[in-house]
Amino acid sequence: MNFMQSEAREKAERASSEPGLSRRQEVPLVPAASIAGRALVTVIAIMTFLAALTAGTAILIADAARGWDQSIAREMTIQVRPIPGHDLGAETAKAAAIARATAGIAEVKPFTKAQSEALLQPWLGSGLDLSELPIPRLIVLKLDRGKPLDAAALRKALDDEVVGASLDDHRFWMRRLAIMAGTVVVVAVVIFILVMIAMVLAVGFATRGAMAGNREIIEVLHFVGAADSYISRQFQRHFFRLGLRGGIFGGGLAILVFFLSGILSAFMRGTAGGTQAQVMFGSFELGSKGYVAIAVIAGAIAVTTGIVSRVIVFRHLRKLG
Amino acid sequence: MVRFENVGLRYGMGAEILRDISFEIGPQSFQFLTGPSGAGKTTLLRLILLSLKPTRGLISLFDRDAVSLNKDAITGLRRRIGVVFQDFRLLDHLTTYQNVALPLRVQGRDEFAYRAEVVELLRWVGLGERMNVLPPVLSGGEKQRAAIARALIARPELLLADEPTGNVDPTLARRLMRLFAELHKSGTAVVIATHDLALMDQFENARRLVLADSRLHIYE
Repeated sequence: MNFMQSEAREKAERASSEPGLSRRQEVPLVPAASIAGRALVTVIAIMTFLAALTAGTAILIADAARGWDQSIAREMTIQVRPIPGHDLGAETAKAAAIARATAGIAEVKPFTKAQSEALLQPWLGSGLDLSELPIPRLIVLKLDRGKPLDAAALRKALDDEVVGASLDDHRFWMRRLAIMAGTVVVVAVVIFILVMIAMVLAVGFATRGAMAGNREIIEVLHFVGAADSYISRQFQRHFFRLGLRGGIFGGGLAILVFFLSGILSAFMRGTAGGTQAQVMFGSFELGSKGYVAIAVIAGAIAVTTGIVSRVIVFRHLRKLG
Repeated sequence: MVRFENVGLRYGMGAEILRDISFEIGPQSFQFLTGPSGAGKTTLLRLILLSLKPTRGLISLFDRDAVSLNKDAITGLRRRIGVVFQDFRLLDHLTTYQNVALPLRVQGRDEFAYRAEVVELLRWVGLGERMNVLPPVLSGGEKQRAAIARALIARPELLLADEPTGNVDPTLARRLMRLFAELHKSGTAVVIATHDLALMDQFENARRLVLADSRLHIYE
Protein backbone atom coordinates (compact mmCIF):
# COMPACT_ATOMS: atom_id res chain seq x y z
CA MET A 1 0.00 0.00 0.00
CA ASN A 2 1.23 3.52 -0.77
CA PHE A 3 0.27 5.95 1.92
CA MET A 4 1.08 8.92 -0.30
CA GLN A 5 1.61 9.85 -3.90
CA SER A 6 5.08 9.87 -5.41
CA GLU A 7 5.61 13.64 -5.02
CA ALA A 8 4.88 13.45 -1.33
CA ARG A 9 7.10 10.39 -1.04
CA GLU A 10 10.00 12.36 -2.53
CA LYS A 11 9.42 15.08 0.05
CA ALA A 12 9.41 12.48 2.77
CA GLU A 13 12.65 10.97 1.50
CA ARG A 14 14.20 14.43 1.50
CA ALA A 15 13.01 14.88 5.06
CA SER A 16 14.44 11.53 6.02
CA SER A 17 17.86 12.61 4.83
CA GLU A 18 17.82 15.64 7.12
CA PRO A 19 20.93 15.70 9.31
CA GLY A 20 18.90 15.37 12.50
CA LEU A 21 17.38 12.12 11.29
CA SER A 22 20.33 10.66 9.45
CA ARG A 23 22.56 10.83 12.50
CA ARG A 24 19.88 9.31 14.73
CA GLN A 25 21.36 6.88 17.20
CA GLU A 26 19.51 3.76 18.16
CA VAL A 27 17.88 4.64 21.47
CA PRO A 28 17.85 1.81 24.02
CA LEU A 29 14.40 0.25 24.30
CA VAL A 30 14.95 -0.25 28.02
CA PRO A 31 15.21 3.29 29.39
CA ALA A 32 18.39 3.81 31.40
CA ALA A 33 16.51 5.85 34.01
CA SER A 34 14.22 2.91 34.77
CA ILE A 35 17.06 0.90 36.28
CA ALA A 36 18.81 1.71 39.53
CA GLY A 37 21.94 2.08 37.42
CA ARG A 38 24.10 4.14 39.74
CA ALA A 39 23.52 1.81 42.70
CA LEU A 40 24.25 -1.25 40.57
CA VAL A 41 27.39 0.31 39.09
CA THR A 42 28.56 1.04 42.67
CA VAL A 43 27.86 -2.54 43.77
CA ILE A 44 29.63 -3.96 40.70
CA ALA A 45 32.57 -1.58 41.23
CA ILE A 46 32.93 -2.70 44.87
CA MET A 47 32.65 -6.36 43.88
CA THR A 48 35.19 -5.92 41.07
CA PHE A 49 37.54 -4.11 43.44
CA LEU A 50 37.29 -6.92 46.03
CA ALA A 51 37.65 -9.64 43.38
CA ALA A 52 40.65 -7.89 41.79
CA LEU A 53 42.24 -7.26 45.19
CA THR A 54 41.79 -10.92 46.13
CA ALA A 55 43.12 -12.14 42.80
CA GLY A 56 46.07 -9.72 42.91
CA THR A 57 46.96 -10.77 46.45
CA ALA A 58 46.72 -14.44 45.46
CA ILE A 59 49.06 -13.77 42.52
CA LEU A 60 51.55 -11.96 44.80
CA ILE A 61 51.54 -14.76 47.37
CA ALA A 62 51.69 -17.48 44.74
CA ASP A 63 54.70 -15.77 43.17
CA ALA A 64 56.35 -15.41 46.60
CA ALA A 65 55.63 -19.07 47.39
CA ARG A 66 57.23 -20.06 44.10
CA GLY A 67 60.29 -18.03 45.17
CA TRP A 68 60.35 -19.84 48.51
CA ASP A 69 60.10 -23.19 46.77
CA GLN A 70 63.09 -22.27 44.62
CA SER A 71 65.00 -21.18 47.74
CA ILE A 72 64.31 -24.57 49.32
CA ALA A 73 65.96 -26.23 46.42
CA ARG A 74 68.89 -23.78 46.44
CA GLU A 75 70.14 -22.99 49.92
CA MET A 76 71.02 -24.31 53.38
CA THR A 77 72.88 -22.69 56.26
CA ILE A 78 75.41 -23.93 58.82
CA GLN A 79 75.36 -21.97 62.04
CA VAL A 80 78.46 -22.11 64.26
CA ARG A 81 77.79 -20.83 67.78
CA PRO A 82 80.66 -19.48 69.93
CA ILE A 83 81.52 -21.99 72.66
CA PRO A 84 83.91 -20.88 75.42
CA GLY A 85 87.33 -22.50 75.04
CA HIS A 86 86.99 -22.98 71.29
CA ASP A 87 88.18 -20.78 68.47
CA LEU A 88 85.09 -19.72 66.53
CA GLY A 89 87.11 -18.91 63.40
CA ALA A 90 88.75 -22.33 63.38
CA GLU A 91 85.46 -24.14 64.00
CA THR A 92 83.87 -22.16 61.16
CA ALA A 93 86.72 -23.07 58.80
CA LYS A 94 86.39 -26.73 59.83
CA ALA A 95 82.66 -26.69 59.11
CA ALA A 96 83.24 -25.02 55.75
CA ALA A 97 85.78 -27.68 54.84
CA ILE A 98 83.35 -30.49 55.70
CA ALA A 99 80.69 -28.79 53.59
CA ARG A 100 83.04 -28.42 50.63
CA ALA A 101 83.86 -32.10 50.83
CA THR A 102 80.20 -33.11 50.80
CA ALA A 103 78.61 -34.14 47.52
CA GLY A 104 75.59 -32.09 46.39
CA ILE A 105 76.92 -28.72 47.52
CA ALA A 106 77.92 -26.38 44.74
CA GLU A 107 79.18 -23.43 46.74
CA VAL A 108 80.18 -22.76 50.34
CA LYS A 109 80.22 -19.17 51.53
CA PRO A 110 81.32 -18.57 55.15
CA PHE A 111 80.39 -15.16 56.54
CA THR A 112 83.24 -13.27 58.13
CA LYS A 113 82.91 -11.74 61.58
CA ALA A 114 82.22 -8.34 60.04
CA GLN A 115 79.59 -9.78 57.73
CA SER A 116 77.88 -11.57 60.61
CA GLU A 117 77.79 -8.35 62.63
CA ALA A 118 76.42 -6.51 59.59
CA LEU A 119 73.45 -8.89 59.57
CA LEU A 120 72.44 -7.56 63.00
CA GLN A 121 72.71 -3.95 61.95
CA PRO A 122 69.04 -3.55 60.88
CA TRP A 123 67.95 -4.57 64.41
CA LEU A 124 70.68 -3.14 66.64
CA GLY A 125 71.68 -0.12 64.59
CA SER A 126 75.13 0.95 63.44
CA GLY A 127 78.08 2.30 65.37
CA LEU A 128 77.89 -0.27 68.19
CA ASP A 129 80.85 -2.29 69.37
CA LEU A 130 79.65 -5.88 68.93
CA SER A 131 82.98 -7.52 69.69
CA GLU A 132 81.83 -8.50 73.20
CA LEU A 133 78.67 -10.18 71.96
CA PRO A 134 78.70 -13.92 71.23
CA ILE A 135 77.61 -13.62 67.62
CA PRO A 136 77.34 -16.93 65.76
CA ARG A 137 78.88 -17.33 62.29
CA LEU A 138 76.89 -18.40 59.31
CA ILE A 139 78.00 -20.49 56.35
CA VAL A 140 75.65 -20.31 53.38
CA LEU A 141 75.58 -23.46 51.27
CA LYS A 142 74.40 -23.26 47.67
CA LEU A 143 73.09 -26.65 46.69
CA ASP A 144 73.89 -28.39 43.45
CA ARG A 145 70.56 -29.21 41.81
CA GLY A 146 72.15 -31.91 39.74
CA LYS A 147 73.34 -33.98 42.69
CA PRO A 148 71.28 -35.03 45.68
CA LEU A 149 72.54 -33.96 49.10
CA ASP A 150 72.60 -36.36 52.04
CA ALA A 151 71.61 -33.76 54.67
CA ALA A 152 71.53 -36.33 57.50
CA ALA A 153 75.15 -37.37 56.82
CA LEU A 154 76.29 -33.74 56.69
CA ARG A 155 74.48 -32.99 59.95
CA LYS A 156 76.13 -35.99 61.62
CA ALA A 157 79.59 -35.03 60.32
CA LEU A 158 79.16 -31.49 61.67
CA ASP A 159 77.90 -32.75 65.05
CA ASP A 160 80.87 -35.13 65.32
CA GLU A 161 83.64 -32.84 64.15
CA VAL A 162 82.67 -29.20 64.78
CA VAL A 163 81.88 -27.79 68.21
CA GLY A 164 78.76 -25.60 68.28
CA ALA A 165 77.78 -26.26 64.66
CA SER A 166 74.24 -27.00 63.52
CA LEU A 167 72.84 -27.47 60.06
CA ASP A 168 69.91 -25.20 59.50
CA ASP A 169 67.75 -26.93 56.95
CA HIS A 170 65.35 -24.29 55.58
CA ARG A 171 63.25 -26.86 53.91
CA PHE A 172 61.03 -27.63 56.86
CA TRP A 173 60.14 -23.97 57.46
CA MET A 174 59.97 -23.12 53.82
CA ARG A 175 57.60 -25.98 53.22
CA ARG A 176 55.38 -24.81 56.02
CA LEU A 177 55.43 -21.31 54.55
CA ALA A 178 54.68 -22.71 51.12
CA ILE A 179 51.72 -24.69 52.52
CA MET A 180 50.51 -21.54 54.28
CA ALA A 181 50.87 -19.61 51.03
CA GLY A 182 48.96 -22.34 49.19
CA THR A 183 46.20 -22.12 51.79
CA VAL A 184 46.06 -18.34 51.40
CA VAL A 185 45.75 -18.76 47.62
CA VAL A 186 42.93 -21.30 48.05
CA VAL A 187 41.15 -18.96 50.49
CA ALA A 188 41.61 -16.12 47.97
CA VAL A 189 40.06 -18.24 45.22
CA VAL A 190 37.12 -19.11 47.50
CA ILE A 191 36.64 -15.42 48.36
CA PHE A 192 36.83 -14.58 44.65
CA ILE A 193 34.14 -17.15 43.87
CA LEU A 194 31.94 -15.86 46.73
CA VAL A 195 32.34 -12.29 45.48
CA MET A 196 31.34 -13.39 41.98
CA ILE A 197 28.30 -15.24 43.33
CA ALA A 198 27.28 -12.15 45.34
CA MET A 199 27.66 -10.03 42.22
CA VAL A 200 25.58 -12.41 40.12
CA LEU A 201 22.85 -12.33 42.79
CA ALA A 202 22.95 -8.51 42.89
CA VAL A 203 22.65 -8.36 39.10
CA GLY A 204 19.80 -10.88 39.31
CA PHE A 205 17.88 -8.72 41.78
CA ALA A 206 18.52 -5.60 39.70
CA THR A 207 17.38 -7.37 36.52
CA ARG A 208 14.16 -8.56 38.16
CA GLY A 209 13.58 -5.04 39.45
CA ALA A 210 14.20 -3.62 35.98
CA MET A 211 11.78 -6.11 34.46
CA ALA A 212 9.09 -5.23 36.98
CA GLY A 213 9.65 -1.53 36.29
CA ASN A 214 9.46 -2.06 32.54
CA ARG A 215 6.56 -4.49 32.44
CA GLU A 216 4.53 -2.25 30.13
CA ILE A 217 7.44 -1.77 27.74
CA ILE A 218 7.95 -5.54 27.56
CA GLU A 219 4.24 -6.02 26.87
CA VAL A 220 4.30 -3.46 24.06
CA LEU A 221 7.43 -5.03 22.59
CA HIS A 222 5.67 -8.40 22.57
CA PHE A 223 2.62 -6.94 20.85
CA VAL A 224 4.68 -5.30 18.11
CA GLY A 225 6.33 -8.63 17.39
CA ALA A 226 9.52 -8.63 19.44
CA ALA A 227 10.87 -12.09 20.20
CA ASP A 228 11.92 -13.00 23.74
CA SER A 229 15.53 -13.22 22.57
CA TYR A 230 15.31 -9.66 21.20
CA ILE A 231 13.89 -8.28 24.46
CA SER A 232 16.45 -10.10 26.58
CA ARG A 233 19.21 -8.73 24.30
CA GLN A 234 17.99 -5.22 25.09
CA PHE A 235 18.39 -5.90 28.80
CA GLN A 236 21.75 -7.59 28.21
CA ARG A 237 23.08 -4.57 26.33
CA HIS A 238 22.03 -2.25 29.09
CA PHE A 239 23.40 -4.37 31.93
CA PHE A 240 26.64 -5.00 30.03
CA ARG A 241 27.20 -1.25 29.91
CA LEU A 242 26.54 -0.96 33.64
CA GLY A 243 28.84 -3.92 34.30
CA LEU A 244 31.57 -2.40 32.15
CA ARG A 245 31.36 0.91 34.01
CA GLY A 246 31.45 -0.86 37.38
CA GLY A 247 34.29 -3.11 36.19
CA ILE A 248 36.34 -0.16 34.96
CA PHE A 249 35.83 1.76 38.23
CA GLY A 250 36.51 -1.23 40.52
CA GLY A 251 39.33 -2.71 38.44
CA GLY A 252 40.91 0.72 37.96
CA LEU A 253 40.84 1.35 41.70
CA ALA A 254 42.43 -2.07 42.38
CA ILE A 255 45.17 -1.36 39.82
CA LEU A 256 45.77 2.00 41.50
CA VAL A 257 46.01 0.33 44.93
CA PHE A 258 48.56 -2.23 43.70
CA PHE A 259 50.50 0.43 41.83
CA LEU A 260 50.71 2.63 44.95
CA SER A 261 51.61 -0.43 47.08
CA GLY A 262 54.47 -1.13 44.70
CA ILE A 263 55.73 2.44 45.01
CA LEU A 264 55.33 2.37 48.80
CA SER A 265 57.11 -0.97 48.99
CA ALA A 266 60.02 0.38 46.94
CA PHE A 267 60.10 3.46 49.16
CA MET A 268 60.24 1.29 52.33
CA ARG A 269 62.73 -1.21 50.94
CA GLY A 270 65.56 0.02 53.19
CA THR A 271 63.59 -0.37 56.44
CA ALA A 272 63.41 -3.52 58.57
CA GLY A 273 59.62 -3.89 58.17
CA GLY A 274 59.89 -3.31 54.44
CA THR A 275 62.56 -5.97 54.11
CA GLN A 276 60.43 -8.50 56.04
CA ALA A 277 57.38 -7.70 53.94
CA GLN A 278 59.49 -8.14 50.84
CA VAL A 279 60.62 -11.55 52.04
CA MET A 280 56.97 -12.54 52.53
CA PHE A 281 55.32 -11.00 49.51
CA GLY A 282 58.16 -10.23 47.16
CA SER A 283 58.49 -6.68 45.94
CA PHE A 284 54.70 -5.99 46.16
CA GLU A 285 54.88 -5.31 42.46
CA LEU A 286 52.08 -7.08 40.70
CA GLY A 287 53.77 -7.07 37.34
CA SER A 288 52.12 -7.00 33.93
CA LYS A 289 50.62 -10.46 34.47
CA GLY A 290 48.73 -9.22 37.55
CA TYR A 291 47.49 -6.06 35.85
CA VAL A 292 46.32 -8.06 32.85
CA ALA A 293 44.53 -10.43 35.26
CA ILE A 294 42.69 -7.49 36.85
CA ALA A 295 41.70 -6.13 33.43
CA VAL A 296 40.44 -9.59 32.46
CA ILE A 297 38.45 -9.80 35.72
CA ALA A 298 36.84 -6.40 35.04
CA GLY A 299 35.95 -7.45 31.48
CA ALA A 300 34.68 -10.84 32.63
CA ILE A 301 32.48 -9.15 35.24
CA ALA A 302 30.97 -6.87 32.57
CA VAL A 303 30.30 -9.84 30.29
CA THR A 304 28.92 -11.89 33.21
CA THR A 305 26.62 -9.01 34.18
CA GLY A 306 25.22 -8.84 30.64
CA ILE A 307 24.83 -12.59 30.28
CA VAL A 308 23.21 -13.03 33.71
CA SER A 309 20.63 -10.34 32.99
CA ARG A 310 19.94 -11.81 29.55
CA VAL A 311 19.44 -15.33 30.91
CA ILE A 312 17.17 -14.11 33.72
CA VAL A 313 15.04 -12.00 31.37
CA PHE A 314 14.81 -14.75 28.77
CA ARG A 315 13.81 -17.37 31.34
CA HIS A 316 11.26 -15.03 32.89
CA LEU A 317 9.72 -14.22 29.51
CA ARG A 318 9.55 -17.91 28.60
CA LYS A 319 7.84 -18.60 31.92
CA LEU A 320 5.32 -15.85 31.18
CA GLY A 321 4.55 -17.56 27.90
CA MET B 1 -7.64 -15.82 9.22
CA VAL B 2 -9.08 -15.84 12.75
CA ARG B 3 -11.49 -18.50 13.96
CA PHE B 4 -13.09 -18.81 17.39
CA GLU B 5 -15.11 -21.90 18.30
CA ASN B 6 -17.10 -21.91 21.54
CA VAL B 7 -14.49 -19.84 23.29
CA GLY B 8 -15.10 -18.99 26.92
CA LEU B 9 -13.01 -16.98 29.33
CA ARG B 10 -13.17 -16.53 33.05
CA TYR B 11 -10.71 -15.07 35.53
CA GLY B 12 -10.07 -17.41 38.43
CA MET B 13 -13.25 -18.96 39.80
CA GLY B 14 -15.45 -16.04 38.71
CA ALA B 15 -18.26 -16.13 36.18
CA GLU B 16 -17.41 -16.35 32.49
CA ILE B 17 -16.90 -12.89 31.05
CA LEU B 18 -17.00 -14.29 27.51
CA ARG B 19 -19.20 -17.26 26.75
CA ASP B 20 -19.53 -19.49 23.69
CA ILE B 21 -17.87 -17.03 21.37
CA SER B 22 -17.77 -18.33 17.81
CA PHE B 23 -16.88 -16.28 14.75
CA GLU B 24 -14.50 -16.03 11.86
CA ILE B 25 -12.58 -13.10 10.47
CA GLY B 26 -11.82 -13.66 6.82
CA PRO B 27 -9.01 -12.15 4.79
CA GLN B 28 -9.69 -8.63 3.52
CA SER B 29 -12.80 -8.33 5.70
CA PHE B 30 -13.90 -5.21 7.56
CA GLN B 31 -15.83 -5.39 10.81
CA PHE B 32 -16.71 -3.42 13.87
CA LEU B 33 -16.60 -5.00 17.29
CA THR B 34 -19.04 -3.17 19.47
CA GLY B 35 -20.95 -3.38 22.70
CA PRO B 36 -21.37 -1.43 25.92
CA SER B 37 -18.39 -0.44 28.01
CA GLY B 38 -17.10 -3.39 29.96
CA ALA B 39 -18.69 -5.91 27.61
CA GLY B 40 -15.29 -7.48 26.89
CA LYS B 41 -14.24 -5.88 23.59
CA THR B 42 -10.65 -5.34 24.70
CA THR B 43 -10.54 -8.83 26.23
CA LEU B 44 -11.70 -10.32 22.94
CA LEU B 45 -8.99 -8.40 21.07
CA ARG B 46 -6.40 -9.73 23.56
CA LEU B 47 -7.64 -13.27 22.89
CA ILE B 48 -7.13 -12.69 19.16
CA LEU B 49 -3.62 -11.40 19.93
CA LEU B 50 -3.00 -14.57 21.98
CA SER B 51 -2.02 -12.52 25.00
CA LEU B 52 -4.79 -14.27 26.93
CA LYS B 53 -5.56 -17.97 26.95
CA PRO B 54 -9.20 -19.01 26.77
CA THR B 55 -10.51 -21.22 29.55
CA ARG B 56 -12.31 -23.28 26.91
CA GLY B 57 -12.90 -23.45 23.20
CA LEU B 58 -10.63 -23.31 20.19
CA ILE B 59 -8.84 -20.36 18.67
CA SER B 60 -7.01 -20.57 15.40
CA LEU B 61 -4.97 -17.79 13.89
CA PHE B 62 -3.78 -17.75 10.30
CA ASP B 63 -4.91 -21.39 10.04
CA ARG B 64 -2.86 -22.49 13.03
CA ASP B 65 -4.35 -23.85 16.22
CA ALA B 66 -3.38 -21.53 19.08
CA VAL B 67 -2.81 -24.46 21.45
CA SER B 68 -0.04 -25.83 19.27
CA LEU B 69 1.87 -22.55 19.03
CA ASN B 70 5.08 -21.97 20.93
CA LYS B 71 6.30 -18.49 21.86
CA ASP B 72 8.39 -18.02 18.74
CA ALA B 73 5.47 -18.99 16.54
CA ILE B 74 3.21 -16.54 18.42
CA THR B 75 5.82 -13.81 17.85
CA GLY B 76 5.81 -14.65 14.15
CA LEU B 77 2.02 -14.40 13.98
CA ARG B 78 1.95 -11.13 15.92
CA ARG B 79 4.17 -9.60 13.27
CA ARG B 80 1.30 -10.15 10.87
CA ILE B 81 -1.09 -8.24 13.14
CA GLY B 82 -1.17 -4.51 13.75
CA VAL B 83 -2.77 -3.36 16.96
CA VAL B 84 -3.94 0.04 18.17
CA PHE B 85 -4.46 0.14 21.91
CA GLN B 86 -7.17 2.17 23.56
CA ASP B 87 -4.53 3.74 25.83
CA PHE B 88 -2.04 4.07 22.92
CA ARG B 89 0.82 2.26 24.73
CA LEU B 90 3.48 4.52 23.24
CA LEU B 91 6.92 4.25 24.85
CA ASP B 92 7.50 7.56 26.57
CA HIS B 93 11.28 7.56 26.18
CA LEU B 94 11.12 7.13 22.40
CA THR B 95 10.23 9.89 19.95
CA THR B 96 7.15 9.65 17.75
CA TYR B 97 9.36 8.48 14.88
CA GLN B 98 11.02 5.80 17.02
CA ASN B 99 7.67 4.61 18.35
CA VAL B 100 6.23 4.26 14.88
CA ALA B 101 9.36 2.49 13.63
CA LEU B 102 9.31 0.05 16.56
CA PRO B 103 7.63 -2.93 14.80
CA LEU B 104 10.27 -2.73 12.04
CA ARG B 105 13.12 -2.25 14.48
CA VAL B 106 12.19 -5.34 16.54
CA GLN B 107 12.24 -7.35 13.32
CA GLY B 108 15.91 -6.44 13.06
CA ARG B 109 15.50 -4.30 9.96
CA ASP B 110 18.06 -1.63 9.18
CA GLU B 111 16.87 1.91 9.83
CA PHE B 112 18.10 3.09 6.43
CA ALA B 113 15.70 0.64 4.82
CA TYR B 114 12.58 1.89 6.58
CA ARG B 115 13.28 5.51 7.45
CA ALA B 116 11.60 7.05 4.40
CA GLU B 117 8.57 4.84 4.86
CA VAL B 118 8.14 5.85 8.50
CA VAL B 119 8.53 9.53 7.67
CA GLU B 120 5.99 9.18 4.85
CA LEU B 121 3.43 7.54 7.12
CA LEU B 122 4.00 10.11 9.86
CA ARG B 123 3.33 12.89 7.35
CA TRP B 124 0.23 11.10 6.16
CA VAL B 125 -1.25 10.94 9.67
CA GLY B 126 -0.34 14.59 10.19
CA LEU B 127 2.62 14.08 12.51
CA GLY B 128 5.34 15.18 10.08
CA GLU B 129 6.26 18.10 12.31
CA ARG B 130 6.06 16.05 15.51
CA MET B 131 8.30 13.12 14.64
CA ASN B 132 11.10 14.13 17.00
CA VAL B 133 8.79 14.82 19.92
CA LEU B 134 8.37 12.53 22.93
CA PRO B 135 4.85 11.19 23.60
CA PRO B 136 4.29 13.09 26.89
CA VAL B 137 4.39 16.28 24.82
CA LEU B 138 1.82 15.02 22.27
CA SER B 139 -1.90 15.73 22.58
CA GLY B 140 -4.36 12.85 22.93
CA GLY B 141 -5.20 12.98 19.24
CA GLU B 142 -1.54 13.02 18.23
CA LYS B 143 -0.85 10.02 20.42
CA GLN B 144 -3.79 8.26 18.82
CA ARG B 145 -2.40 8.91 15.34
CA ALA B 146 1.09 7.81 16.37
CA ALA B 147 -0.40 4.58 17.77
CA ILE B 148 -2.28 3.99 14.50
CA ALA B 149 0.84 4.70 12.45
CA ARG B 150 2.77 2.18 14.56
CA ALA B 151 0.08 -0.44 13.91
CA LEU B 152 0.18 0.18 10.16
CA ILE B 153 3.90 0.57 9.51
CA ALA B 154 4.63 -3.15 9.12
CA ARG B 155 1.72 -3.51 6.64
CA PRO B 156 -0.16 -6.07 8.73
CA GLU B 157 -2.54 -8.66 7.30
CA LEU B 158 -4.88 -8.04 10.21
CA LEU B 159 -5.43 -4.76 12.01
CA LEU B 160 -7.01 -4.67 15.47
CA ALA B 161 -7.95 -1.20 16.65
CA ASP B 162 -9.39 -0.55 20.08
CA GLU B 163 -11.38 2.70 20.06
CA PRO B 164 -9.05 4.24 17.45
CA THR B 165 -11.00 7.46 17.11
CA GLY B 166 -11.87 7.97 20.74
CA ASN B 167 -9.58 10.94 21.26
CA VAL B 168 -9.76 12.78 17.95
CA ASP B 169 -12.11 15.37 16.53
CA PRO B 170 -14.73 14.28 13.97
CA THR B 171 -12.72 15.55 10.99
CA LEU B 172 -9.63 13.62 11.97
CA ALA B 173 -11.79 10.63 12.91
CA ARG B 174 -13.14 10.56 9.35
CA ARG B 175 -9.63 10.86 7.97
CA LEU B 176 -8.40 8.00 10.10
CA MET B 177 -11.37 5.89 9.09
CA ARG B 178 -10.55 6.60 5.45
CA LEU B 179 -7.05 5.36 6.23
CA PHE B 180 -8.49 2.13 7.66
CA ALA B 181 -10.77 1.80 4.62
CA GLU B 182 -7.80 2.28 2.29
CA LEU B 183 -5.86 -0.29 4.26
CA HIS B 184 -8.80 -2.67 3.93
CA LYS B 185 -8.94 -2.10 0.18
CA SER B 186 -5.27 -2.94 -0.06
CA GLY B 187 -6.01 -6.36 1.41
CA THR B 188 -5.80 -6.00 5.18
CA ALA B 189 -8.52 -7.45 7.39
CA VAL B 190 -9.70 -4.79 9.85
CA VAL B 191 -11.38 -5.14 13.23
CA ILE B 192 -12.32 -1.88 14.91
CA ALA B 193 -13.60 -2.04 18.47
CA THR B 194 -15.81 0.96 19.16
CA HIS B 195 -19.08 2.01 20.70
CA ASP B 196 -19.33 5.07 18.45
CA LEU B 197 -22.57 4.47 16.51
CA ALA B 198 -22.01 7.49 14.24
CA LEU B 199 -18.68 6.07 13.21
CA MET B 200 -20.20 2.70 12.39
CA ASP B 201 -23.00 4.32 10.42
CA GLN B 202 -20.39 5.70 8.01
CA PHE B 203 -19.67 2.10 7.03
CA GLU B 204 -23.11 0.61 6.70
CA ASN B 205 -21.83 -2.38 4.79
CA ALA B 206 -19.36 -3.35 7.46
CA ARG B 207 -20.02 -6.45 9.49
CA ARG B 208 -20.87 -5.83 13.15
CA LEU B 209 -19.84 -8.10 15.97
CA VAL B 210 -21.83 -7.08 19.02
CA LEU B 211 -20.82 -8.20 22.48
CA ALA B 212 -23.61 -8.23 25.04
CA ASP B 213 -24.21 -10.32 28.16
CA SER B 214 -20.88 -12.12 27.60
CA ARG B 215 -22.05 -13.43 24.22
CA LEU B 216 -21.30 -12.36 20.68
CA HIS B 217 -24.01 -11.49 18.17
CA ILE B 218 -23.04 -11.13 14.55
CA TYR B 219 -24.82 -8.82 12.10
CA GLU B 220 -23.64 -9.32 8.54
